[in-house]
Amino acid sequence: MNDRKTRIKTFLVRYIRNYELNDDTDIFGGGLVNSLFAMQLITFLEKEFTITIEDRDLKLDNFRTINAMDNLIENKT
Amino acid sequence: MEIKLSEQQKRNQTAFRDFVNKEIIPHANQHDKEERIPDELIKKLARKRYFGAVLPEQYGGHAMDYITYGLLNEELGRGCASVRAFMMMQNMVALTIHKWGSEEQKERWLGRIASGETIAAFALTEPEVGSDAMHIETSFTDADDSKFIINGHKKWITLGQIADLFLVFGKKRGKLSAVLVEKDTPGLTKIPIGGMLGVRASMLAELYFDNCSVPQENLVGRAGFGFVPVGITALNLGRYSIAWGCVGIGQACLEACINYASNRRQFGDYLKNHQLIQEMIADMTVNLKAGRLLCYQAGQMQEEGHENAIMEIMVAKYFTSKMACTIASNAVQVHGAVGCSSDSAVQRHLRDAKIMEIIEGTSQIHQIKIADYAYREYAE
Repeated sequence: MNDRKTRIKTFLVRYIRNYELNDDTDIFGGGLVNSLFAMQLITFLEKEFTITIEDRDLKLDNFRTINAMDNLIENKT
Repeated sequence: MEIKLSEQQKRNQTAFRDFVNKEIIPHANQHDKEERIPDELIKKLARKRYFGAVLPEQYGGHAMDYITYGLLNEELGRGCASVRAFMMMQNMVALTIHKWGSEEQKERWLGRIASGETIAAFALTEPEVGSDAMHIETSFTDADDSKFIINGHKKWITLGQIADLFLVFGKKRGKLSAVLVEKDTPGLTKIPIGGMLGVRASMLAELYFDNCSVPQENLVGRAGFGFVPVGITALNLGRYSIAWGCVGIGQACLEACINYASNRRQFGDYLKNHQLIQEMIADMTVNLKAGRLLCYQAGQMQEEGHENAIMEIMVAKYFTSKMACTIASNAVQVHGAVGCSSDSAVQRHLRDAKIMEIIEGTSQIHQIKIADYAYREYAE
């Protein structure tokens, strides 16, 4: 697991407890999180990786899994 | 950790306070009675760039940091909750367009909102949908590739009577979405709402959308992202504004009580020397300081982009709205019959404070979210 994925997972496990989270776990499809979490996730990604999430990034597939978020960050840095 | 305003923040705070003392407080009860804010005051607020308080300067904004924006809300809230709500609404919509709007939307609207040329409103609530925003009934139906049709009914919309631009929430192909709708759109009807308990000059309206045709490019964010992140971006700023505004209400009540209790004599002594009055003054002071500290903390976290800022803003809004109700109620008690008169500011503050426990998330919804937050933060 690369450093980015580790940092994303460290953040996620604070919210998603008692669940075996891997890089391909669909955190939205599984009903594991709520709407406020989604906002906190965006805030976290922006600050932690010094990126700006924009209108064009708003696709659920960019945020479903640790791998997807890692790809999004990769493409924005 | 140091909680200390910068010299610039202090200068801004003084300027905000002077403006409120001169331009707002002498007329606030009149706003309340007439249920509207005069055009001349709206122009003065715009000239101060308060409508673009959080926008960058390139759009005519003030580019305030979140602490400075909080101080502005405290001072406006100290003067008149309706004026604060007016300013809040402009910044809620402006920030949301700035964060999630297209370049064309930013270019077209942000400068106009900041200058006061365009008055913006946030249209989420419906007759049957308040806290349960996911079940909004307003529909956005695709007409073709360039347009969609809005049908629905919004209610309790702040500034709905005078707004030029509405950020409207509805469902597009079943997905929560947000769209900008101009006031002259055929099929949009506005019905004023009056006689509310508090924040009476916020010029509420019902909005009826009857086959309103809107360009697809008016969508803010993508279909399905209307509530998160678009709506929550606005609501988060709104809650932050309300939290500080409640500190302002509390401060106004405390100052009014200190003044009144220092001059009113009963049983041969000033009220301020009666211990049961002292108890109320002490409790007001302590709770006000606690509420203000919560606001400072939430503002600093928001400024730093901390992921928990959204929750700390909820904590602050929940605490300060409850606090403002208690302080304003006790302020009326200290003033006795004088406090019950329509000429008194404290009775207006009491009515306004109650509204703060309801808007932008009720206290009960906040309690549920704060409890979830506590389980997450403090669970082993």
